[in-house]
Amino acid sequence: MMLTTSGNLPGSPQTAPLTLSAIKAGTSPVPKEIKIATRGLNFYYGTHQALFENHLQIATNRVTAIIGPSGCGKSTHLRTYNRIFELYRGQTVSGEVLLDGQNILDSSCNVLELRRKVGMIFQKPTPFPMSVFDNIAYGLKQHYRINRSDLRDRVEKALQQAALWDDVKDKLNHPGTALSGGQQQRLCIARAIAVEPEVLLMDEPTSAIDPVATSRIEELIDILKERYTIVIVTHNMQQAARISDFTAFFYQGKIIEFGATRKIFTNPDNRQTQDYITGRFG
Amino acid sequence: MQPKTHTNLDPTFRWLTLASGLGVVLLVAGILYTLVIGAMPALKHFGFGFLVSQSWDPAFMEFGALSSVYGTLISTAIGMLIAVPLSLVIALFLVELAPPAVSRLAGGAIELLAAIPSIIYGMWGLFVFAPFLADHVQPRLAELIPGFPLFEGPPMGIGMLSAGIILALMVLPFITSVTRDVFQMVPAVVKESAYGMGSTTWEVTRKVTIPYGIQGVVGACFLGLGRAIGETMAVTFVIGNRHEISASLFAAGNSIASTLANEFTEASDELYLGALIELGLVLFGVTLLLQLVARWWLRRTARKMGAVR
Repeated sequence: MMLTTSGNLPGSPQTAPLTLSAIKAGTSPVPKEIKIATRGLNFYYGTHQALFENHLQIATNRVTAIIGPSGCGKSTHLRTYNRIFELYRGQTVSGEVLLDGQNILDSSCNVLELRRKVGMIFQKPTPFPMSVFDNIAYGLKQHYRINRSDLRDRVEKALQQAALWDDVKDKLNHPGTALSGGQQQRLCIARAIAVEPEVLLMDEPTSAIDPVATSRIEELIDILKERYTIVIVTHNMQQAARISDFTAFFYQGKIIEFGATRKIFTNPDNRQTQDYITGRFG
Repeated sequence: MQPKTHTNLDPTFRWLTLASGLGVVLLVAGILYTLVIGAMPALKHFGFGFLVSQSWDPAFMEFGALSSVYGTLISTAIGMLIAVPLSLVIALFLVELAPPAVSRLAGGAIELLAAIPSIIYGMWGLFVFAPFLADHVQPRLAELIPGFPLFEGPPMGIGMLSAGIILALMVLPFITSVTRDVFQMVPAVVKESAYGMGSTTWEVTRKVTIPYGIQGVVGACFLGLGRAIGETMAVTFVIGNRHEISASLFAAGNSIASTLANEFTEASDELYLGALIELGLVLFGVTLLLQLVARWWLRRTARKMGAVR
């Protein structure tokens, strides 16, 4: 049986030959088709070490949740996947992050192309100070030679994929900042998927928006994973349990446990994981 | 423990702030009133012709504002054309690219520029900069594009070009330090998400950072413009003080402020004095007009891009 939870979109890539029952039962602890693999990842803020020897495998076209208490290194780990940490002085990394087998931390990796392939959604919606249309067109113009009518089509397609088209089709020229919080976050998702990425990184994407908008975004994530590999950092354990296929539990910069979400939440191997998910600390 | 008796000072405070606010409005109105009264003889005598005439001849009591207005606008335009891009680039460097130590040092040095009195700029401009311009820069410019009307005439050093460059130096620190603060206020996460789209620093700056802070940046430019347009001492030293309009930037000219500084003491006649005061009134009007244009433009961009604040 193929792993499909929400039905394949027409033309979407075939999903990995992982059986649903095996994953959900936890008998297949390691994903088979790997999009991103980290090996011996260490991270430093100046001299302070924030990540210790992280080994993690992110399954293709699956949702992988990263959970753990505040300050455990979840976001730090995520921010190595598109090298966004490099914007800041004194943040350094060692080890490997392999995207399709290529070490993206290598200096030969083109970081601009990497960031097209690996899109990122942040905790707060970050519409750019321009119209709804231009927000989506921004990345397209950055990465593709594209004429006006193709641009329109692509913008519409991205907005549809992000389930935002019906909300904004009559206000494409309105400023992106005029949308509601949930709409702004979907705008950011549309902006990220417009450039045809392969991976979407989400850093607590629903922590700043209301419950109704949150559930719309969760539904969206469920659809998007047909096409994209998704890694989501979340503080909300119910959310992780609801939407993810795999879960990694971080504590003090170390990956304490990683496995199928159902196993992590029902029968974790590790005592600390158990304590965290049952709310004993965190 | 004794309970405190509360005196609500809010109404008093509200009246105080209201009074301060109204005080400013009154002050501006008072200045305008005084200018109009003082300019009355000239207003009556020359009428609208004052604005379009470029003859300025105290001996024959003929006064026209055109050459002064022209000089004010051109020297300010040169100054702003140089200062605005330069300030943006410097602010960008200080915020985004420079190592913290360099940023502090360079930022401090630039703010120090603002502390130099304008008379010093004027003297430096007259004795050091203008001769340098005449010897090294103006001949090259003239050679570069022979017959170009902006670069014609003898390289004297003093003139519209040097006035514009000195003005640029004087307003640079103001625009830079305000723009730097504006750039610093753009939330890191917005910039991160732009970088996260695979943008280069230049693209992030042009499409996100500057538009995000556009109100502040324009505000900074107008702060600089306000200073440049009314700058008196430094301009008077280097502009040449000639009441004629010339296309060449090498030629001497005058500005409203320089004319006032030069001629106020000589103006014995009521009409002469009135003409000078009317020049002041014109400066007031020009500044007001520019402010209005800026406001209108800001509202337009805010509608288009979304008020970020």
